[in-house]
Amino acid sequence: MEVVRALIRKKARNLRLLGVPILGLSADLLIGAGCVAEVETSAVSLGEAGLAPRFTDAVEKKSLLVKDATCPAIHCALQAAEKGVPFMPLAGIGASDLLKERKDWKVQGDLVLVPAIRPDIALFHARWADEAGNVWVGRRRELATAAHASRLVFVSFEEKKPGDMLEDEVLAPGVISSIYVSGVAHTPRGAWPLGMPGLYGADDLHVSQYAKAARTRDGFQRYLDEWVHTPRKNSSPA
Amino acid sequence: MGPYAKEELLACVIARLLDGARHAAVGASSPIPAAGCFLRKNFDLGFRVSLQQRRASNPFTEGSRELFDLAGQGRIDVFFLGGAQIDGGGAINLVRAEGKRFPGSFGSAYMYGVVPRTILFREEHSRRTLVPKVEFVSARGTPAALLTGKALFSWQKDKRRFRLESVHPGVSAEEIRETTGFDYDAPQQVPGTPPPSPSELNLLRGPVAREIGENYPEFARRVWGSS
Repeated sequence: MEVVRALIRKKARNLRLLGVPILGLSADLLIGAGCVAEVETSAVSLGEAGLAPRFTDAVEKKSLLVKDATCPAIHCALQAAEKGVPFMPLAGIGASDLLKERKDWKVQGDLVLVPAIRPDIALFHARWADEAGNVWVGRRRELATAAHASRLVFVSFEEKKPGDMLEDEVLAPGVISSIYVSGVAHTPRGAWPLGMPGLYGADDLHVSQYAKAARTRDGFQRYLDEWVHTPRKNSSPA
Repeated sequence: MGPYAKEELLACVIARLLDGARHAAVGASSPIPAAGCFLRKNFDLGFRVSLQQRRASNPFTEGSRELFDLAGQGRIDVFFLGGAQIDGGGAINLVRAEGKRFPGSFGSAYMYGVVPRTILFREEHSRRTLVPKVEFVSARGTPAALLTGKALFSWQKDKRRFRLESVHPGVSAEEIRETTGFDYDAPQQVPGTPPPSPSELNLLRGPVAREIGENYPEFARRVWGSS
């Protein structure tokens, strides 16, 4: 999330976002700030805080291109990329209108062949990075798949571990090897106002206040001014 | 309604619909289906529930794709789906309607096709949500039932039509006909949905409220005044 705020301050433009397999607050902030040209995702939602207001507004005003997908299709597309094969078959989605919009998905009998997605950049926040350049994501294995499938991988992290986590039998299964990692940045509480499992929870009050504020363009701008553009107020209050 | 919350009644109906199921999965943002599943788990020891939205823990270790892999193998018997629109043919729409954009299809396109018992659940019961034909088919399949804040429908496979099974306390069969946008079958005399029993309410307000509070704190505060 800290990187998202930095992208907004840097006035990033024309980003294409891929939800793995959905998007949330990060995408809504980037969309509202005008950083995004296109999203491919199974959904954009703020969870218990409801609809993602800037996403909804941008789509209704036709200022954002959306490639609608469904969760397992995105997982398949990334798995195809990590295996270096052109597509992955998926069953069960034949009755959906998604097939009418996704001409790149090929129907073959009861199966749909989903082409590989090879993102330019995978970007996420992790609990640990170590001196050997590995990062630990635990059971959030979709992040590992996204990393394996992407050309570049940038990770912000909570805490630095000494040594090499791949030499620790307990930690190793949750590690993404440095083979895939392009760069890391030490960013304590970098997920805020979202949570980091096992370390801190989501700031529900802040997210619901955002959901309310961002219903209007002005409210969203005030949010950016207060929480993204103002120095010292741009990160966790704790 | 009696001395219980509508959410408690709906959770009880869901727990009864789970009869004979071994494993239900519950997607994100579904506190009432989750409460129904936890209620079931409290009196049906062979029943397992996998909650996708857990704050502290998670039933999966292969990332968010594992839910879909389990479903694809037939290891999930029951899943819950909703929609901005649900139509009389059992199709659901989570993408767009009347110029409004909704979050998106999530995993529905797949889960509806591969999970044997899909329960459609939408608390709002109106002509806006229950329509003759959805504007966009996120997913279509064979539902086991459609539960709303006013009534319970079953699905007739042969006719591909809903049948009104029961109306919730305080609701009439006429009101359902008026507020439902699609056509459906109904018996001459429509029974009332049985209210929660004292033992169901005890479970809901004890272990279920605690379990739900961990994952849906806002919802638990609203219904049970706890978190």
